[in-house]
Amino acid sequence: MNALLVDEATVWSWLAEVPDPEIPVISVVDLGIVRGVAVQGGDAVTVTITPTYSGCPAMQVIESAVREALHRRGVEHVHVATRLSPAWTTDWMSESGKAKLTGYGIAPPAQTVQLHGSLAAAVARRASLAPTVACPHCGSTHTEMTSQFGSTPCKALYRCLACREPFDYFKCH
Amino acid sequence: MDAKLQYLLRLGDNALVLSQRLSELCGKGPALEEDMALTNVALDLLGQARMWLTYAGELEGRGRDEDALAYLRDAHDFHNALLVEQPNGNYAHTMMRQFYFDTWHYFLIGALVQSSDARIAEIAEKSLKEVTYHLRRSGDLVVRLGDGTATSHAYMQTAADELWMYTGELFMEDDVDAQMIAAGVAPAAAGLRTQWLAHVADIFAEATLTMPAPDAWMQKGGKQGRHSEHLGYLLAEMQFLQRAYPGAQW
Repeated sequence: MNALLVDEATVWSWLAEVPDPEIPVISVVDLGIVRGVAVQGGDAVTVTITPTYSGCPAMQVIESAVREALHRRGVEHVHVATRLSPAWTTDWMSESGKAKLTGYGIAPPAQTVQLHGSLAAAVARRASLAPTVACPHCGSTHTEMTSQFGSTPCKALYRCLACREPFDYFKCH
Repeated sequence: MDAKLQYLLRLGDNALVLSQRLSELCGKGPALEEDMALTNVALDLLGQARMWLTYAGELEGRGRDEDALAYLRDAHDFHNALLVEQPNGNYAHTMMRQFYFDTWHYFLIGALVQSSDARIAEIAEKSLKEVTYHLRRSGDLVVRLGDGTATSHAYMQTAADELWMYTGELFMEDDVDAQMIAAGVAPAAAGLRTQWLAHVADIFAEATLTMPAPDAWMQKGGKQGRHSEHLGYLLAEMQFLQRAYPGAQW
């Protein structure tokens, strides 16, 4: 019998090396997708993940990448559970994750998620003003949004009016 | 059929059918960012449809998963509102249909976060930020096009008038709704209607559009499986592969 004895901290460190399939510079832990790790009996691990967006096509890839990362290190029984509540928010993104995004040329979420007093207030037109976003290339905040939607559901398109470079912005969500 | 199952199919089918309609515009949007926006909204709705239909299939207990429910039911077994199956028309129609739907969807999902059914509440919680974004976008576009040029204004007013008769059904309570409201699963339609009318009135005022009469004659039947001819064509395209090659996978 070669029961592998792992602890939760070790599993977290392994998961910290699993890249997000669409933005490989940050890990699934940086993104705040991994919500829990539970080790049962030393050789069975349950990893709880939460989807970013309901229709995010990367979720299935993330699930198999998590499974693969643990299998590769000898964990025989891997269970990946999905948890919807509380809903994922960019507030869970790590500071190091935000720094890595900037280095990669993607502006990280510029503010914490806004809570509005009522449902009606959240969709009033004045509530939809875009936040001030710093250019990941030159640091200027003299930027403007060109499209609310970008190459993936989590990003918007911006351009810098100082250095004239276009860039992706990881939306607050 | 169990009332909760039917209610879940309504939620799932609304999201699925509108997602399919929006997907028809993939690669055909009037501008690049509009194309991306439409397909992103379609993707959110598809993800939400999947969560609702997965739950519906589990509740039904006959072994049907979300794929079986999406691809292997015929039009009369679909429970979506007539509004979402209406064709894309011109871009004014597409955006007005979206705005009418998003406003209803947003206030509904916002209320379902408090549902007595924990699974419904968590799917609603997951969806709420997405549908907030959808409504901000479609409301913004209604204002920009309504209060735009004389031509864009005229197109938007025509679309507002033509699609109006499909909005009443969203607030007509039938026996399924009544059971869900009584059980605390769903919010009362009257309250939703008040919120919906107030938001549409706000946005229309800013868009310089005239809101049609709230008590106008309304179409109905979609929720109960009585659809316009459009749904059959939509499903024929959406379901072709699974009908022709049952069990086909990527």
